[in-house]
Amino acid sequence: MAPRFLRSIHVPHFKNTQDSVPARFFEVKSVTIPMSMHIGAPARPVVKVGEHVKTGQLIGEAGGFVSAPIHASISGTVKKIDNLLLAGGGTCQAVTIESDGLNEKAEGLKPPELTDLDSFIQAVRDCGAVGLGGAGFPTSVKLKVDPARVEYILINGAECEPYITSDTHTMRDNPKRIRTGLDALKRFFPQAQIYIGIENNKPEAIRTMREYTDRVELCDVVELPSSYPQGGEKVLIYNTTGRVVPEGKLPLDVGCIVLNATTLACIGKYLMTGEPLTSKCITIDGSAVKNPQNLIVPVGAMIREIVEHIGGLKCEPAKALYGGPMMGTAIPDLDQPILKNTNAVLILDEKDAKIPEPGPCIRCGRCIDTCPLHLMPTELEQACLKKDVKRLSELKINLCMECGSCSFVCPAKRNLVESHKLAKQYVREAGVK
Amino acid sequence: MSKMNLSVSPHIRSARTTQSIMLDVIIALTPALIASVVLYGFRALLLTQISCGFCVLLEFLYEKLLKRPVTVSDLSAVVTGLLVAFNVPVSMPVWMLLVGDLAAIILAKQLFGGLGCNFMNPALVGRIVMMFSFTTALTTYTGSAGLVDAATSATPLADPASYGFMELLFGLHGGVIGETCAAALLLGGIYLCVRGVIKPIIPLVYIGTTVLLTWAFGGVAPLRSALAGGLLLGAIYMATDYVTSPITDKGKVIFGVFLGLITALIRVFGNYSEGVTFAIILGNILVPYINDLTETRPIGANPPAKKEAGK
Repeated sequence: MAPRFLRSIHVPHFKNTQDSVPARFFEVKSVTIPMSMHIGAPARPVVKVGEHVKTGQLIGEAGGFVSAPIHASISGTVKKIDNLLLAGGGTCQAVTIESDGLNEKAEGLKPPELTDLDSFIQAVRDCGAVGLGGAGFPTSVKLKVDPARVEYILINGAECEPYITSDTHTMRDNPKRIRTGLDALKRFFPQAQIYIGIENNKPEAIRTMREYTDRVELCDVVELPSSYPQGGEKVLIYNTTGRVVPEGKLPLDVGCIVLNATTLACIGKYLMTGEPLTSKCITIDGSAVKNPQNLIVPVGAMIREIVEHIGGLKCEPAKALYGGPMMGTAIPDLDQPILKNTNAVLILDEKDAKIPEPGPCIRCGRCIDTCPLHLMPTELEQACLKKDVKRLSELKINLCMECGSCSFVCPAKRNLVESHKLAKQYVREAGVK
Repeated sequence: MSKMNLSVSPHIRSARTTQSIMLDVIIALTPALIASVVLYGFRALLLTQISCGFCVLLEFLYEKLLKRPVTVSDLSAVVTGLLVAFNVPVSMPVWMLLVGDLAAIILAKQLFGGLGCNFMNPALVGRIVMMFSFTTALTTYTGSAGLVDAATSATPLADPASYGFMELLFGLHGGVIGETCAAALLLGGIYLCVRGVIKPIIPLVYIGTTVLLTWAFGGVAPLRSALAGGLLLGAIYMATDYVTSPITDKGKVIFGVFLGLITALIRVFGNYSEGVTFAIILGNILVPYINDLTETRPIGANPPAKKEAGK
């Protein structure tokens, strides 16, 4: 018999900010908004240096089908448009806006009129929604499908990463937005069963969501175990529907669409007010932060400025992350902007930043017992060290979702995820040749 | 330039380390060590300490000599030292024990690349070398200063009828110092399972198969074959050695059955009364093949015939 849930592990929760109701911080001096905060073609800037812009005004138009528009997150003057080095290593254009301190909304922001599925998809596109769980895949592209193929719509509110509580707060504090988004989904995907997956360590969020989806047909809140990685797309699909996304296929191929809870809230907000995605609720935490808390900030706000606003750091930062400690990306300094898909910024002290030195693999098999997808991380690492592309393909390196469970449990502290990322590159390069 | 750490995710790691695992094994072997002192006197403790110390020293010197990173802090050499000493009788001359340590640490472990690279259990290689070099010394169970009567000569395996259940359970008979007290070994085994250091699969399957087959082949009473000889020490502490046992659960079952079969065959039909050592060493050699046969099937993987490129 197939198990009810995929394998998962207990990681420390560190949900220090779970009761921190997010305050708003929009009194920033300036914002730097990259034109690439999504998977796909970067947006094209449509403003000029010196131009005055208002909150919600379009500043970058979608650069292709798989792309998303970008809007001004504060009102002020466009100071510069230049290249920015992103944390991931790439560069893209970024628009820097100097605040006029007024935070005026752009004129003419009004709720879109929904007539049919296409108008809904257009609305999702216009609001600038991308996968806010971290992937940043343009949401409109995900929804542009034949509704008959969609059997399940899964709302991902698992928030399984340690520390982060921003999705939880979006669900707790803005249930109306989520409900509005759900209603639209119900209208245009009437036969789809909607599941809202939330880990059971967030009873408040579960209760609020149940309250707001009470008596909605085909819409249920699913309590997931509080173990990592419940929020992984394939894991959520399996744990709510029992379906397996086959190798090389998309969730839609098994009748599923997965949307992050905050993404849905952002769509809901646009449907209610016509205000596009220009601000984010983020969790700021980590051992170096004096006052860990949730905060709503404009997209493009600089991390350094936010940190100073909330009381600064306890010590010299030794590591800073976009996102949680299991899958987050380390950033080189605090002069980095908040992106659309930033849900947390963690700043760690020397002790927490230190990654133990790897020792030899003792073949204990913990990584194999841990992998949610039953991969063999230690074998993958061996094949990666030998650059054995054939073996890597046999072992299905392409299925690895880099959740970090294997590295986390490894007693020899081997950097398995690092080798898996490298291995994927080897396979890609070999495929190109 | 930035001084911040830019390592790849994940940025937190579990508290479990190789060292803490080895420490747990040492803790698990402590009851058996205490039992050996009670049964055979303080020389048992002395031999164990010398063996551990010599193993650590050998590993340290070898790594220094070859300018490799010194890894003695992982405590694996201590575990090897304990297990080698547990495999000799209390009357064993010290220099012979040191030869066993040398074979274990240098021949079986370091020459193949150190921890994680050896394909045979180091302590068992040490035992085999001592067995062939000093057969008489290794099988003479006299000179005890503890509870066990020094005159006792026949081991329960050689003469199964001569001992009662309680004598077997608490090890009140001649034998090598670490293997006789079944109760202490079981206690340590339970500790290792509770702490998640080992899974009970290999010990249960191995002991179960041995008991069943020695009963089927030779009519040996089940409890007797389980408690006598080196089966418990081997099944709980040596067959479960990560490096030299299969990595998947399915593989562990196959391994356990194989070890049980070989042990039963040697015990019932062989010239040696004890089959555990050879069974585990033979099993160790098969591990790579068992691993190949029992690779996991990833969830969502297409059938193996199809080859695809990239992500």
